[in-house]
Amino acid sequence: MLLTLLILIPLLAGAVSFAINGNGAKGLALVSSLATLAISGIICDADVTSFSTPWIPRLGTQFSLLGDGMSSMLCLLTGIVMTVVIIAIWNKEVERPGAFYGLMLLSQAGITGVFLAYDALLFYFFWELALIPVYFLCSQWGGEKRIPVTFKFFVYTFVGSLIMLAALIYLSLQSPGADAYSWQNIVRAGSSLPASEQKWLFWMIFIAFAIKMPIFPFHTWQPDAYEQSPTPVTIILSALMVKMGMFAVIRWLLPVVPEGVAFWSDTVITLSIVGIVYASLLAIVQTDIKRLVAYSSIAHMGLMCAAAFANTHSGMHGLMVQMFNHGINITGMWLLVHMVEQRWGTRDMTRLGGMASTAPQMAIALVIISVANVALPLTNGFIGEFMLFNGLFESQSPYHITFMVVAGLGIILGAVYTLNMVQRTAYGNATEMVVAKDLTANEYLGLGVIIALILFLGVYPKPLLELTAGAVNQIIP
Amino acid sequence: MKAIIAATLIGVVLMFTGILVKEKKSAVTIATVLLFLLLGVNVWELVSADVNAPQMYFNNMLRIDSYALWFNTMMTGCTFLYALLVGKEVAKVGTHVADYFALISFILCGIYLLSGYNNMLILFIGIEILSIPQYILAGSDKKNLKSSEASLKYFLMGAFSTGILLMGITLLYGATGSFDIIGFTFLQSAELNPLALAGILFLMVALSFKVSAAPFHIWTPDVYDGTPTPFTAFMATVVKAGAFIAFLRLFSVAFGSLSSHWMMILAIITALTLLIGNITAVFQQSVKRMLAYSSIAQAGFMLFAIIAVNATAWQGMIIYAVAYSVATIGVFAVLMKLKDYTYDGFNGLARKEPALAFFTTIFLLSLAGIPLTGGFMAKFFVLQAAVEQGSLLWLVIFGLLMAAVSAYYYFRVIIAMYFKEGTPELHAEVSGGEKFLLAMTCVLVILIGVAPQLFLNNI
Repeated sequence: MLLTLLILIPLLAGAVSFAINGNGAKGLALVSSLATLAISGIICDADVTSFSTPWIPRLGTQFSLLGDGMSSMLCLLTGIVMTVVIIAIWNKEVERPGAFYGLMLLSQAGITGVFLAYDALLFYFFWELALIPVYFLCSQWGGEKRIPVTFKFFVYTFVGSLIMLAALIYLSLQSPGADAYSWQNIVRAGSSLPASEQKWLFWMIFIAFAIKMPIFPFHTWQPDAYEQSPTPVTIILSALMVKMGMFAVIRWLLPVVPEGVAFWSDTVITLSIVGIVYASLLAIVQTDIKRLVAYSSIAHMGLMCAAAFANTHSGMHGLMVQMFNHGINITGMWLLVHMVEQRWGTRDMTRLGGMASTAPQMAIALVIISVANVALPLTNGFIGEFMLFNGLFESQSPYHITFMVVAGLGIILGAVYTLNMVQRTAYGNATEMVVAKDLTANEYLGLGVIIALILFLGVYPKPLLELTAGAVNQIIP
Repeated sequence: MKAIIAATLIGVVLMFTGILVKEKKSAVTIATVLLFLLLGVNVWELVSADVNAPQMYFNNMLRIDSYALWFNTMMTGCTFLYALLVGKEVAKVGTHVADYFALISFILCGIYLLSGYNNMLILFIGIEILSIPQYILAGSDKKNLKSSEASLKYFLMGAFSTGILLMGITLLYGATGSFDIIGFTFLQSAELNPLALAGILFLMVALSFKVSAAPFHIWTPDVYDGTPTPFTAFMATVVKAGAFIAFLRLFSVAFGSLSSHWMMILAIITALTLLIGNITAVFQQSVKRMLAYSSIAQAGFMLFAIIAVNATAWQGMIIYAVAYSVATIGVFAVLMKLKDYTYDGFNGLARKEPALAFFTTIFLLSLAGIPLTGGFMAKFFVLQAAVEQGSLLWLVIFGLLMAAVSAYYYFRVIIAMYFKEGTPELHAEVSGGEKFLLAMTCVLVILIGVAPQLFLNNI
């Protein structure tokens, strides 16, 4: 029942929010996200929670939700990110706040649904449902080129999901019945298919997830979409929706077509690693910090995706931890980008500089979050990335050393562009950054939560590791 | 049977109403009440029917089972909704308002025959009862050249396809010596003679004409565009569904066991319909014409139900017919409020009439097949049926890609409404009552999307 509430609260609050205007909507969004945060805390504490009730019996689909370690962790992440975002942008004036926060909450409902769904059709339902509010958010409150850019984003993901839908229908029909779409049945049907069929089913399912993550070469929608979206939406996209892709690979791809995965894993790892280097190189030449962070996100997702296909225990465990950490870190990065843009009206690094002298607290936050982004020890990023590399190294693939070396190169490049950005915005000449307020109370609170999590999980990652241990053992026995 | 009689009587009553009641508004009210009565008769017949024993009439020429009753009720419900949403606009077309509704009621009578025919003669009569009122409705705006053109074109093409239909029936009679569609199942593929095969092909072509499947769709855009908009809304939805139920019945019940002979041809027709409908719709500048092509594209999806030949397909047909009709009638109801039917006419609607824009968005999302709306469930059912069939996975994937294309032109309207600047010109203020009706229609669309079993229960 708690799981249903986790979806229902943002759904209802979102619907109500459309009718409210002014600060009421903001307050409602905050209350709703705090409530979901509290509930996800409870389900993280519980072992495994599940909920199931018949939905459309004729099709063999049920409204069934499962909150295991992985799902609850991602729900917790969703709760934290939503709360932090709403607090941190409290002072931002948006046009028609009722609709804005309403759509934000609806997308939260969709995303949470994806993380919890334990039925293939329900999963697809939420998968698409998360997309529509984000589409409207981007194209209504976004930048100048928002309409074509978000439309491209929409078409990309829509095509991918439709192909996945065909694959899911095909799988469910392997053993029709009252629970044809349940996770167990899909897994049973998929893994008992001959390898030749699993090979093409793999791509039918994977393309949808690869577009969402995004993995090179399906990433072309992403930098534009991130750049054009208003920052709160960018955060939803990169901290949460991207995790939908990663999560879906773990739950709906790896166990479903195991032989297909085994056959294609080297290909996917290669693509991911090419993506890391490619995105890192592009990030180096960007001068717009928003685009820089966008490319850095592709690089990070590349590493996570590579580890997902390495089929090792530590890689998978690292992936779980890193999903959470990446969500936290990237939220921090975007919030800083947003604050810079709000204060100085530009995101161009060549015109920024000297934040350390005009807004020292903000500069400190930037340094800490950037350092976490390059995964220095003592920050949360380190634990995750270490385990990911370890997993990649232990992989059975004949090319594992090559993978390691090239991916490692990507990390070095990551340090280059991130530190370069810190150097050019926080230090240097304060050319245009003369008039500046330092962090306001709400920004302080938002970034404070992020930084506290970065440091705490950097020193003591045990809670996260324990939370997800069960899920990892289930995936890789 | 009660419904068939009631529909005929109501048609006759409405014709006399035209003589007695001169006021247009009261004519619309009377017609709406009578349609509601017809819906009541349908529900009554549905509830009182025995699920396991279909009723036979006219020496077994008509076989009304609970599926047929359910379909009839759904379509009458859609017509009632249509009368509520569009009735006011119908009154603006011409002077003979009551007559238009009389024709609509006759069309419903045709649909009732088509959902329950057991004999080729009833099929023929049903198709004619369905078509002839449409020729009149298409030309009802007498002073408008385009309307007259539409009527003439439609009549010529319709007469032509009726000829082919008759030819097909004759050939099949020659092959089997029977008009009963149950009789054809005795045709075994092994002893299938060329006469019967040609007959099946002719019937397929004729019915493809009626449902506007490519390459027999050429008449559709011009006719839909020229016809007065309120009647386009009816022709593109309920009437089309009626033609589809005839198609489905014939090819599932009569020719189902021969599906290996005709499946590939119909699969190609389906693929062509999807391709031509969707791709051409992309290039339209007028929303009304876009909706005409979109109706061709949607017909492509309904054809999946006919190809699949299984139980899911029958469910899919009902869900599709209802979901598509409701959403399309909704879009047309909004379109008719606007003076300018091009995409630009929608610019900035969200600012001027936020509620109207929101409802239109829901209808369009449903047509595009986004989850939570009826359109998704409809597409899902027919695709599931096609996958179940086994050999048509290529067609399913092609259909899905085309569904993605369709998102392009439906979203163009949404983009115009929400993200473009402009002040759309409306014919009149939208009253609270109309908004309430549109809101209820939206609720219906979403209800189909989340609880489709409500619309299937009784079968």
